[in-house]
Amino acid sequence: MASINRKVLPGFFLSLSYSVFYLGILVLLPISACLFRAGSLSFEEFWSAVWTERARAAYLLTFGAAFVAAVANLFLGLVLAWVLVRYSFPGKKIVDSLVDLPLALPTAVAGLVYGSLYVDKGWLGQYLVPLGIHGAYSRFAIVLVLIFIGLPFVVRTVQPILEDLDPEVEEAGASLGGTRWQTLRHIILPTLYPALITGFSLAFARGVGEYGSVVFVSGNEPYTTEIAPILIVARLEEFAYSEATAIAMVLLGLSFAMLVLINMVERWSMRHEH
Amino acid sequence: MGYRRTAFIKSTGLLLLSALLCIACSATNGADATRDSGGAGRHSIELLNVSYDPTRELWREINANFISSYEKETGNRLSIKQSHGGSSTQARAVIDGLEADVVTLASIIDTDAIRRKGLIKDKWIDRLPHRSLPYYSTIVFVVRKGNPKDIKDWADLVKPGVQIITPNPKTSGNGYLSFFGAWGSVVLRGGSREDAVKYVTKLYKQVPVLDSGARAASTTFVQRRIGDVHLTWENEAHLEVREANRELELIYPTISIRAEPHVAVVDANVDRRNTRAAAESYLKYLYSDEAQDIIAKHYYRPGNEVFLKKHLDVFPDMRLFNITEIANDYFDAHKQYIAEGGVFDAIYKPK
Repeated sequence: MASINRKVLPGFFLSLSYSVFYLGILVLLPISACLFRAGSLSFEEFWSAVWTERARAAYLLTFGAAFVAAVANLFLGLVLAWVLVRYSFPGKKIVDSLVDLPLALPTAVAGLVYGSLYVDKGWLGQYLVPLGIHGAYSRFAIVLVLIFIGLPFVVRTVQPILEDLDPEVEEAGASLGGTRWQTLRHIILPTLYPALITGFSLAFARGVGEYGSVVFVSGNEPYTTEIAPILIVARLEEFAYSEATAIAMVLLGLSFAMLVLINMVERWSMRHEH
Repeated sequence: MGYRRTAFIKSTGLLLLSALLCIACSATNGADATRDSGGAGRHSIELLNVSYDPTRELWREINANFISSYEKETGNRLSIKQSHGGSSTQARAVIDGLEADVVTLASIIDTDAIRRKGLIKDKWIDRLPHRSLPYYSTIVFVVRKGNPKDIKDWADLVKPGVQIITPNPKTSGNGYLSFFGAWGSVVLRGGSREDAVKYVTKLYKQVPVLDSGARAASTTFVQRRIGDVHLTWENEAHLEVREANRELELIYPTISIRAEPHVAVVDANVDRRNTRAAAESYLKYLYSDEAQDIIAKHYYRPGNEVFLKKHLDVFPDMRLFNITEIANDYFDAHKQYIAEGGVFDAIYKPK
């Protein structure tokens, strides 16, 4: 076994060592530093720092908004990827590169722009606010801006899979008497599930960690529009490093649990489709 | 299995080796850095002034003037770098290793956090005149053109229908100074503690957006045109009004908090970098007539009475109360009113 492996993957030891080292320095080291900081608290101190009523409201909002935004992106991203792969229209190249813009734009800028659009006197806000739609300083505002931030993740994971999917399989489905819905349901979506789930989890994770844009649109009112990262900043402002990292650890733990769960769903869906 | 084990051992070995290399590298880097700046006796000196957000223009002008007089006097070449940001973020950067020669932060809470890490010596506050305060400032009001809501003093802020823009006291120095100003306006004019709690509760209920920092609050008030009154630093208020083309007006309440942005030399850094002499004369320069005039020009209240009186047209008479009138000191005030479990937390009830 060993000798075969070596021939198949030249430089295996080097690349493995490099990957382990890289992950260690970039991911594990900061996280252990975080753990170490939070570890300087006793269990009671830790608990009273991370599990106040206000903190729970903030966790719920952070994960809830990220989840809703990721679900919205699942549909928007799928449609957008579909359009970009299957149709050709003037300006397609431009639309295609626009998709990546949310990744390049500093998120604070996104927050500022979204906020100014949707406030009472903003371009969109002047029409929407009288209708009762508050796209700034509300929970809806947080979801809106997270949809913007997370969109590229779904589009860019789904797009290559769709490109590989031969239109002929759809035609085959049709020629075998399937309706359009059956073709979509039984042929296209199963192929896309893994990519959709990956895109979803990326967008979701990005949403949980987002700070820069959200603080500019959320209003930051405790219990209503205050996200968990704001609590971390508030504790840092008191130079309460350990309490701040304790909240960060909870966020990290919850995110990790969510990602593991999503991975399990992905495996389960793969097992059941093939 | 054997194959796997050797792979594991090899990769772990490599990992350890690279870690060692890293440590070795950083160790020699450190030595290089000290050697480089250690020779700054007669050639060129570089100072880093770590300050808070709105002081950019002030320091630019002060630095230019100080550099020319310092170079004339000593024959050394001097350059001064500035760093700006939220005051406590800046303090944390210095604590975490930003090599500031002097810190000119917004509040003693931030400066003293650096002392507690041993980077600034104890009793730093007595090393310079006026308790290390070349200037001080306060919180004033900015209102819309014509003052349509007729806001003249703190009591007017809680009139029905008035929306107030002020940043979150938990995440912003401007925010907690405004809170202290509001609190003092009640308890120092005969109000009880209960009255003050009632007042600030009402006030923060009328804050539509609790921005995380002073700059975000300015954006909300000026660009997004939200709110009727903006509570902000006196110098920021002047800039805001000047830039708004007469769309905004400045209102001086009859009483407000005396805000104290202390200055200090960061002992550990100047000793290592061999820049103490330059850093100390830099801060001393702030008390000179020339610098006091520049300070007044940028709407900070000069520590020297003579210069304050000279500019009475821009600094109208108002009672600036000391933090000691509502708490033991800034630390105590922050703990009582702002920090976890303080008065501010009680304002917000879960919905």
